[in-house]
Amino acid sequence: MLQRDYTTSQLDVLEAEAIHIMREVAAEFERPCLLFSGGKDSIVMLRIAEKAFWPAPIPFPLMHVDTGHNFDEVIEFRDRRSEELGARLIVASVQDSIDAGRVVEETGRRASRNRLQTTTLLDAIEDQEFDAVFGGARRDEEKARAKERVFSFRDDFGQWDPKNQRPELWNLYNARIRKGEHIRVFPLSNWTELDIWDYIRREGIEIPSIYFSHTRKVFERDGMLLPDSEVVKRGDDEPLFEAVVRYRTVGDMTCTGAVQSTAATVEEIIEEIAVTRITERGATRADDRASEAAMEDRKREGYF
Amino acid sequence: MDILRFATAGSVDDGKSTLIGRLLFDSKAIFEDQLEAVERTSRDRGTEYTDLSLLTDGLRAEREQGITIDVAYRYFATPRRKFIIADTPGHIQYTRNMVTGASTADLAIILIDARKGVLEQSRRHAFLTTLLRVPHLVLAVNKMDLVDYSEERFEEIREEFTAFASKLNVADLTFIPISALNGDNVVSRSENMPWYHGSSLLHHLENVHIASDRNLVDVRFPVQYVIRPQRATDHAFHDYRGYAGQVAGGVLKPGDEVVHLPSGLATRIASIDTFDGPVEEAFPPMSVTLRFEDDIDISRGDMIARPNNQPQVAQEIDAMICWMADSAKLAPRSKLMIKHTTRTARALVRDLHYRLDVNTLHRDETATSLSLNEIGRVSLRITQPLFVDDYSRNRLTGGFILVDEATNGTVGAGMIMDLR
Repeated sequence: MLQRDYTTSQLDVLEAEAIHIMREVAAEFERPCLLFSGGKDSIVMLRIAEKAFWPAPIPFPLMHVDTGHNFDEVIEFRDRRSEELGARLIVASVQDSIDAGRVVEETGRRASRNRLQTTTLLDAIEDQEFDAVFGGARRDEEKARAKERVFSFRDDFGQWDPKNQRPELWNLYNARIRKGEHIRVFPLSNWTELDIWDYIRREGIEIPSIYFSHTRKVFERDGMLLPDSEVVKRGDDEPLFEAVVRYRTVGDMTCTGAVQSTAATVEEIIEEIAVTRITERGATRADDRASEAAMEDRKREGYF
Repeated sequence: MDILRFATAGSVDDGKSTLIGRLLFDSKAIFEDQLEAVERTSRDRGTEYTDLSLLTDGLRAEREQGITIDVAYRYFATPRRKFIIADTPGHIQYTRNMVTGASTADLAIILIDARKGVLEQSRRHAFLTTLLRVPHLVLAVNKMDLVDYSEERFEEIREEFTAFASKLNVADLTFIPISALNGDNVVSRSENMPWYHGSSLLHHLENVHIASDRNLVDVRFPVQYVIRPQRATDHAFHDYRGYAGQVAGGVLKPGDEVVHLPSGLATRIASIDTFDGPVEEAFPPMSVTLRFEDDIDISRGDMIARPNNQPQVAQEIDAMICWMADSAKLAPRSKLMIKHTTRTARALVRDLHYRLDVNTLHRDETATSLSLNEIGRVSLRITQPLFVDDYSRNRLTGGFILVDEATNGTVGAGMIMDLR
């Protein structure tokens, strides 16, 4: 008799792990929520949530920290997808935080609301009394993230202390917190950018159009292509031109660069990524370029 | 394509970072911008060579102090496999991190400097690897270029380590002579060592058989979450009641007779459900939802097994504990939270039998407590029955964590042994 081979494909292993993590959170926390930006990682995370609780609806709300500087296509996608799932979407607005005097808008050509998001996020977590917050971060994205736990403890100030993390063994996660503290949970920790795309292809998941090649008016700054938009301050020495581009990551218009690409399908994107020699954050995120430890510093403050 | 998770143990001196750097670089998992950042930092610090450890040492304190303080996870893939590296620091004060990295590893690579041979540190790494039951162990004898690629030297080290390993329970031990710096036997076979007829390290990692390492014999399904759609998307699911979880052992099929613990009631699997439709079988590490033919009161923390193959139902257990608290000590009468599969209870330390010297394997029976990074054998009394197997039989139903109720920190890792 032929011995059945119980080898499991990498996507099935990653999916099973992520589902396990989501169910663990739903079982152990009172008020979880899932950060949904309309970006590819949070789209995959949402699909995992759909799978983890089927045929029941997703047992927690979605939340988006909206800087007001997002791409229209992504906001439209965010709203449509939430509605399709019958999920409750909470939009925490950076503009509201500015209007309430909680944060002060940066000025100058490089003004960005990236850093301001942290305050809006932490205020929303506190207001809504969330005790667990799902994020789509992956360990292959950035080296501070490579050392972050799946269940990442945050104190009452929302801060991450990289030197005081809880050991994580086997598939056992420590969910114990005091009131006011919370856990950031990263079910996609072990996924790579390529895994995300392979999964999007396998599952036939819809993603916002800006991930695919299109023609856009852009200008160049620090080797990045930033979009023509009223929220991105452009100098006279930064002329606009038309380019055939797509986005590898989706963030704020002010700090997310496009890459020149003709990849118009998921298959073409996968081919492109397989041969690319620059990381997605290195290619497209001004926010990570600020310093060697830019991500670590923002994470300590409570960033995603 | 499947996934191999492996842990690497060793210090920068052993060439561990160089080895990881080479595996990542040769498999194109290091990108130009990462390499540029590392080159820039190496230059700023006045280092003459590109210090590949900067790729893995991600935290500010690590870069400032030139040390690795935590487990770093790195990823690469070849056309055959995806790899997850748990890169753990080698010094004794980081035993906690190595134990963490080894807990999920299919394979561990221990690096030995060919000039120095088997050191105390190598023995410690081998012991921890076997304590955590990592199924495959590779002893990479590095810096072969510095001993003139000597077969004799390699054989000496192999003999010395084999003698030591016979005291441990090593399932699968492979020796590979390499030079991480020059790439000998890392990705492809080296022409400098024609006397070596085995695989290159990468070839071994790509081909080592791991599917049968998981326990496919003893059916164990810890119930994680009960799915009862209150706002069913479809009327067909109005009376739906499913029990969700990740298979921890064995192969489950619809129609199988199963037993529910703690009730001891038998029933049959009616269906194994997933979002993508029902499946014909479920095995580790699948996350599925089971439905049963009979209505039994089942909650999170319960266990599904087979009537003729059940875990032990135990409130008294013996275990090896790796203690991980920075300041608190483990001693008889300590009270802790215990998390085992999906069940959480309270545990009382009844006895500390001995503390184990992780370098010499000497058992100190006069020990009265365990401090950070110490390992010892204890007896625990649990407030609720746990459904347990020997850790050597199943890592998922034999392992547990201990949580300090005052600080909420994870302070211990336990491996159940010698069940009566």
